[in-house]
Amino acid sequence: MIRKFVTGVLATAGSLLAATAAFAQDTAVAIAPAAAAAPFVPTAEMVDKGDVAWMLVSSALVLMMSVPALALFYGGLVRAKNMLSVLMQVLTIVCVAALVWFGWGYSMTFTSTGSPWPSLVGGLDKAFLAGVDPTTFAATFSNGVYLPEYVFVIFQMTFACITPALIVGAFAERIRFTPLILFVVAWLTLAYFPIAHMVWYWAGPDFLHAAPTDMGLLWGWGALDFAGGTVVHINAGIAGLVGCLIVGPRIGYKSEPMPPHSLVMTMIGASLLWIGWFGFNAGSGLEANAFGALAFINTLTATAAAGATWAIIEQIVHKRPSLLGAATGVVAGLVAITPAAGFAHPGTAILLGALASGVCFVFVTTVKNKLGYDDSLDVFGVHAVGGIIGAIGTGVVAAPSLGGQGWIDYTAPVATAGEYDLAGQVMTQVWAVGVTVLWTGVVSAALFLALKYTIGLRPSAEVETEGLDIREHGERAYNM
Amino acid sequence: MKFIIAVIKPFKLDEVREALSGIGVAGMTVTEVKGFGRQKGQTEIYRGAEYSTNMLPKVKIEIAASDALAALVVETIQAVARTEAIGDGKIFVLDLASATRIRTGETGDTAL
Repeated sequence: MIRKFVTGVLATAGSLLAATAAFAQDTAVAIAPAAAAAPFVPTAEMVDKGDVAWMLVSSALVLMMSVPALALFYGGLVRAKNMLSVLMQVLTIVCVAALVWFGWGYSMTFTSTGSPWPSLVGGLDKAFLAGVDPTTFAATFSNGVYLPEYVFVIFQMTFACITPALIVGAFAERIRFTPLILFVVAWLTLAYFPIAHMVWYWAGPDFLHAAPTDMGLLWGWGALDFAGGTVVHINAGIAGLVGCLIVGPRIGYKSEPMPPHSLVMTMIGASLLWIGWFGFNAGSGLEANAFGALAFINTLTATAAAGATWAIIEQIVHKRPSLLGAATGVVAGLVAITPAAGFAHPGTAILLGALASGVCFVFVTTVKNKLGYDDSLDVFGVHAVGGIIGAIGTGVVAAPSLGGQGWIDYTAPVATAGEYDLAGQVMTQVWAVGVTVLWTGVVSAALFLALKYTIGLRPSAEVETEGLDIREHGERAYNM
Repeated sequence: MKFIIAVIKPFKLDEVREALSGIGVAGMTVTEVKGFGRQKGQTEIYRGAEYSTNMLPKVKIEIAASDALAALVVETIQAVARTEAIGDGKIFVLDLASATRIRTGETGDTAL
């Protein structure tokens, strides 16, 4: 779930396509009685400095999840000869994604004007942040509460930075740098921005009743995704799986040992990920309030349960609990609680985290080995699988009967709690997962195949064997 | 003269060195090595990917000793390096044809 901006000018423009209206009915969107009053205009008095401070801090925390957290988490897991390639890929993707977000990402995600399919993707009216300045505002989840639009642009920019960076783990140690960066630019444009738009775009609580179809497709269906289970984790996880299948396994996969070169780095990375995730999840409430705190504690309890669960499973299965296992469990828990962070009770969050940890364990240790795909750093096994458990589980843990927060009906001029239908919500979540998997799967496959048969994706066997660091980047991680 | 090669558990090195100094051994060469014998290797598991390391780390000691001292050296190493578990290592003794001290040019037992 989540909002969008709105500047007074284009508040209700366009986007009354019939198709969207049909999809929107699940959220009990009635045909709104066209508000007779003058159009609502957000003002500077509706901005709370506490919210602004919290959201700027959250944005920095989310950036820290990419660099250095994810970079170190992944870097420690590869062999020493490929350490820098992973760090460089993550760092460059963050830089490029930030620029693309400025260029057209924000506009394609959080507008609905100027697009032929406003329920699927936004237009280019705000390309290069046209029209965004310190006097424009972005909606929150509360009537009459606004953020400066720049704050929202920044916060969402950091999400666009980390999502493509997650993908690189799936084909680490065997990808050429330039095709990867080209892939990222295209993938953001064709997969990330549309899906983020479908899940998170809506007119905002003060505008929706006057423009009841001004929302993304999945938001309109009523799909709940608090901080990005579909948009970030399933999206990246599926892209990773498709990528590792098209790129192919590493030379020597399954025939020679490829142990992680530094689990110390991986531990540092996993720990920083957890800390950064408070910005990711608690910040996704967009306000410094009790729901942010709820998302915060769920990010603690679900993650703690997932880390402990993985260690316990290893103690039983392998007789020795490993650090890598516990760290992987922690990430699986973080992924799973992401869509549910602001909806679940801290107790049900524990159950969700533990469940995700167990299922991810099976995928990472057993399913991958049985099927033989080389998802090197388990992007699919942790992010897609954990994301799907979390996304569908959100439909359960959000139920008020289980201590969850339910959903809010924003179609009334003043938002009220909606009536919760647990089975129906779970089905809506399943559909949202399905759309995400299908969309990102098709786009990713098309892009990877196009690159594979034009400029190529893989380095030569010689380069791959010698290591990407020295051959692709001309440097070594460790000169000893 | 004899050339004695002992492969022992790494944590026993200090004890062995002290004991040999005590019986008059004037020098030795120590190398960190890997190998296998009857002791099984360790299994490492990373997210379900199992790597069995069948080579284990050991320390190799090389000592040149006079014929008179050689037997005592072997006896001392055997007594000190022993933990009574498999993997304690082995001691090999070879005949040594000559020894030369580079600084002085001395040869034979006086060079040791």
